[in-house]
Amino acid sequence: MNLIQIRNITKVYDMGEEKLYALRGVDLDIGQNEYIAIMGPSGSGKSTLMNIIGCLDTPTSGDYILNGKDVHEMDDDELAAIRNKEIGFVFQTFNLLPRSDALHNVELPLIYSGLNKSERIKKAEESLVNVGLGDRMKHKPNELSGGQRQRVAVARALVNNPSIILADEPTGNLDTRTGEEIMALFKELNLKGNTIIIVTHEEDIAKHANRIVKIRDGKIESDTSKKKAE
Amino acid sequence: MNFFLEIKENIVISYKAIIAHKMRSFLATLGIVIGITAVTLMQTAIEGINRAFESSIASVGADVLYVQKFEWFGTEDFEYYRNRKDLTMQHFEYLKKNSQTAVSICPSVATAQTVKYGSLDLENVFVIGSTDEYQKTLGVNMDDGRFFTAKESEGGYPVCAIGMDVKNAFFQNVNPIGKDIKVGSYSFRVVGVIEKQGSMLGLFSLDNRIIIPIERFFKQFGTKRSLSINVKAMDVNNLDETKEEVTSIMRKARKVPIGNKSDFGVNQQSAFRDTYNQLTSLIKIIGLLITSLSLVVGSVGIANIMFVSVKERTKEIGIRKAIGAKRRTILMQFLVESTVICLLGGIIGLMIAFPISLIIDAFVLPTAMPLWVVVLGLFISLLFGVLSGFFPAYNAAKMDPVDSLRYE
Ligand SMILES: Nc1ncnc2c1ncn2[C@@H]1O[C@H](COP(=O)(O)OP(=O)(O)OP(=O)(O)O)[C@@H](O)[C@H]1O
Ligand SMILES: [Mg+2]
Repeated sequence: MNLIQIRNITKVYDMGEEKLYALRGVDLDIGQNEYIAIMGPSGSGKSTLMNIIGCLDTPTSGDYILNGKDVHEMDDDELAAIRNKEIGFVFQTFNLLPRSDALHNVELPLIYSGLNKSERIKKAEESLVNVGLGDRMKHKPNELSGGQRQRVAVARALVNNPSIILADEPTGNLDTRTGEEIMALFKELNLKGNTIIIVTHEEDIAKHANRIVKIRDGKIESDTSKKKAE
Repeated sequence: MNFFLEIKENIVISYKAIIAHKMRSFLATLGIVIGITAVTLMQTAIEGINRAFESSIASVGADVLYVQKFEWFGTEDFEYYRNRKDLTMQHFEYLKKNSQTAVSICPSVATAQTVKYGSLDLENVFVIGSTDEYQKTLGVNMDDGRFFTAKESEGGYPVCAIGMDVKNAFFQNVNPIGKDIKVGSYSFRVVGVIEKQGSMLGLFSLDNRIIIPIERFFKQFGTKRSLSINVKAMDVNNLDETKEEVTSIMRKARKVPIGNKSDFGVNQQSAFRDTYNQLTSLIKIIGLLITSLSLVVGSVGIANIMFVSVKERTKEIGIRKAIGAKRRTILMQFLVESTVICLLGGIIGLMIAFPISLIIDAFVLPTAMPLWVVVLGLFISLLFGVLSGFFPAYNAAKMDPVDSLRYE
């Protein structure tokens, strides 16, 4: 069975007078260990879809089965637990806590899963070392470069060993070279077995993925898998 | 997530948030500071007044009935009391003969006189005439010498026991025992000094007195005054029984017809206590209203700041939710923050109130800030922290993660 099963999902924003259809019936299946890029013009519904996949948002209609569980049935706390344990989010704007240092930012998901302090520190340090920031743990976000901030965000997304990594334009605020560094990290993760879904505008970034889903006006326009280069 | 772990983490978070906005947090908690200062100072003052009252009322004696012409806190019209007859030695003797439940009984009568010793004189000394049983009945302890004896009492000897004020006025460096003091033109030999008794509610001294045999008193100052007949009950727990007995004996002695109201009062300490409680409960209620008003104002201040704080940290709330914070966790985070702010306010309030209570103790009336007031102060700040933080925290907890992440 597929890790992610999405059936005829819609998302409608009620703007008073008129309704705004951000997603108009999306079907999507994503298997374990896939590496998918979602592409499409601005406003086409990419972020909306990502937020639904990441259990940050709920669809207006349609079904979403994650790992065999119907997300529709879950309450707020269960969704929070899924976001905490199953999913690692990486955002275009990093979304780090500005007053906390790198270590604390990475530690945060572990606080919410109730680990004790020493375990938390150990895992958070490991995770930061993994993304090459072993020497920047005590730095606050404003003392780090954009690429370093995004790597902190990746370390945070990974620290709880989630099976799915969701990245919404993770390289959007980075220069090409730093973007490539982040993409290399994702590649590595994918090789280790994680499922990776990224949203991007850039063909260069998308080519890292094994499958490209194109969206237009809230609908899937094309879905192409490329043969893995042996 | 474990509850205590959560509290601990949240205290760290709120500490950081408060440090980041020191001035704002301080201003927010100012109302609580003032409220807690007011609450604790008021309680401390009440404690002081209570202590003053207790030490004063101790001299009245919990186990003593005072049979007198009038009730202490009578509420009837003057007409009702006007035609009462005086209490006399006959009444006293009749009561003494017939009472079963009294340990000791003494009559007393008093007048204010100028007392002289050599060239020194002391005005307005309370001169009390009584019997030797005065000592036992009213629980008088001697500082020096002895009380006068039964023989001296019956014979109306010119002897006296003096209060501490009299001793201090006349006998600074001299042993008073055996000295003669003069009341009017009559001499009295001092046989003892009564232990210091303090003052009645700080108003008048209980040590500014001398006690002489009642027979002598009558000879010198006449017999026209109505007596107080003082009855010490065998058991303070059976005071009511003694009171009934005394009342019925006195009614017989004074020939009060059955069905008529008694024409005398049987007074006791609790009359003071009741009146005192009536008075202070009014003060307490007014004080409570004023202080709780300041606390409410304070908590509105905190709530206001918390709403601002939540709004400002919308993005932070979004981030926390995105990585797995539950509603309850966010709720707790802001509840803990407002509670910590209020507690800090409470602690500051206590730190202000404590030295003031020392000043009150030193200069106004003897008091101390009791521990329970400190605990109460902290508890109230805790309570108001939770109350004023609840709605802002609830707002934060139910924020939509996607919306709050988008918030700039
Ligand atoms: N909270 C909201 N209220 C109303 N409309 C919204 C809301 N969120 C998104 N939309 C609308 O839904 C549509 C899809 O938005 P979405 O953010 O998914 O686009 P996107 O594909 O991620 O675009 P971009 O590439 O610019 O990030 C847009 O037209 C947007 O205006
Ligand atoms: Mg987007």
